[in-house]
Amino acid sequence: MSHEATLGKLTDRFGPEAICTAEFRDNLRVTVEDDLSFLILQFLKESCGFDMLADLTAVDYLHYPEAKDRYGVVYCLTNTATGERIVVKTMLNDPDPALPTCVPLWRGADWMEREVYDMYGIEFTGHPDLRRILMPDEYTSFPLRKDYPLRGRGERHNFPFITRAES
Amino acid sequence: MPLEPLTMNAADDVDKEFLYTLNFGPQHPATHTTLRLILTLSGETVVKAVPDIGFLHSGFEKLGEDLDFNQYVTIVDRMNYISPIANEIAWHHVVEKLLDIRLTPRCTYLRTIFAELARISDHLLNVGAAALDLGAFTAFLYGFYQRERIYDIYETASGQRFHPSFTRVGGLMSDVNDAFVAKVREFVKEFPKTHADIRKLLNKNRIFVDRCKDVGLLTKEEAINFSCSGPIARASGVVRDLRKDEPYLGYNDFDFQVICAKEGDCYARYLVRMEEMNESLKIIQQAIENLPSGPVNVDLEGKCVIPDKSATYRSIEGLIQHFELFMTNRRWQTPVNELYGATETANGELGFYIVADGSGRAYRARTRPPSFIHFAVFPHLIEGHQISDIVAVLGSLNIIAAELDR
Repeated sequence: MSHEATLGKLTDRFGPEAICTAEFRDNLRVTVEDDLSFLILQFLKESCGFDMLADLTAVDYLHYPEAKDRYGVVYCLTNTATGERIVVKTMLNDPDPALPTCVPLWRGADWMEREVYDMYGIEFTGHPDLRRILMPDEYTSFPLRKDYPLRGRGERHNFPFITRAES
Repeated sequence: MPLEPLTMNAADDVDKEFLYTLNFGPQHPATHTTLRLILTLSGETVVKAVPDIGFLHSGFEKLGEDLDFNQYVTIVDRMNYISPIANEIAWHHVVEKLLDIRLTPRCTYLRTIFAELARISDHLLNVGAAALDLGAFTAFLYGFYQRERIYDIYETASGQRFHPSFTRVGGLMSDVNDAFVAKVREFVKEFPKTHADIRKLLNKNRIFVDRCKDVGLLTKEEAINFSCSGPIARASGVVRDLRKDEPYLGYNDFDFQVICAKEGDCYARYLVRMEEMNESLKIIQQAIENLPSGPVNVDLEGKCVIPDKSATYRSIEGLIQHFELFMTNRRWQTPVNELYGATETANGELGFYIVADGSGRAYRARTRPPSFIHFAVFPHLIEGHQISDIVAVLGSLNIIAAELDR
């Protein structure tokens, strides 16, 4: 199935105003509203054959030129039968950026959503085990946000030290 | 006080008392790197495994937002340090897709050779280490001897054996010489013997086969649902290889096959890796014999490649170009856009999602790390198996902690 066929199916089902498309090099990217994102992902998986979630990540658009929204959550889907790819993007804003989880669709989303939560503080409602994954549990900030400094002192110096007797 | 009869829930609680928790890692010889598992055991059977990762997290993606496209190559080098040059090729593949650069034929062939050498060295270590954990030491040593020769080839080309940092936007750090070609030819000639030795040592080794067969089963549907890629997906019957499906570099020109298996157990993953080494060798042989002549970098007109030193010192254009790329407020002119690109590395699909904001560095440089995605499958693979199967499954997944945690 080509990009046009997928886009046709999407607009037939959700209407042309629900999705905003962009093509760049060989990437087809559709930007959707956050309340529709789960339905669209489900539709892409069940009706368009995108059976694999190749990647799930987020971007903080705080200093991005002409950006209106703060966060973008990016789903890169792959159709393993045809090799077609599509990028689905949802924009979110402070406070409390949250999206429904897509673990029911792809179990591979489990750790990727945990990483996005860990790095950006975006909540995935309904996730079975939304804990920090790379940073320690007692960490309080979200390191990949653009307002988190690249250099500096502070957090590492305040880590609690455990002695051998306490461990 | 009268005794109360046990309710069903209380009976469950009593049952649970027989389960115990075992901490595996982060410093354990069989994990090879720093990763930790919290195991709930019933006798020797694993009831539940909870991985705890992040010990090696060092903020690579945050650094990717600060360093420019050429500087970041030294960081991606250190992700999968078993096949570093494959990461560099993956990173610059996506950067060049963003900047719309078409490489020269010589560069595509050279990068293909390096990517396949990296695949062989990765598979050799993985096969050897998996066998080592199951008690077969010799295959590991045979594998390491050939890995050393691959390092020697890297060193001949780049001057660095372990982390070559060899690719640049639009080309390579430098062209290769005749010594490189001779060494690759020699490797192509000698490697099949080692490969045959390893195969003879392991393929029918009863202990190795018994400990790998039907252990860590992953079906095709699960492999897709868990986002698996590379040898792990192919061992479960997913016929998908980016070298064939989305041909990049020179892969369209070469004759090679995609190796798949149906069983989806540790033994199938081992066999897929073994056969892939043969296919990689075929690609290297075809590439080195048909290595095109000509420049290795794209020409200076595109204003994206570092001019070589003679041009920098002897011509004003070269000097200006050098200046443009190295001043922190100049660098590359990127489109304000974002894209996902991926290559097939030894471990699977290594992708990058780059958001560019018009400056010479990535606004966001997301890595899709295959180790991270494959380790997420581990609890599912190990449940119901014995504690001694953990090393077999871990070995077959090829988890590289530096790529896992980034």
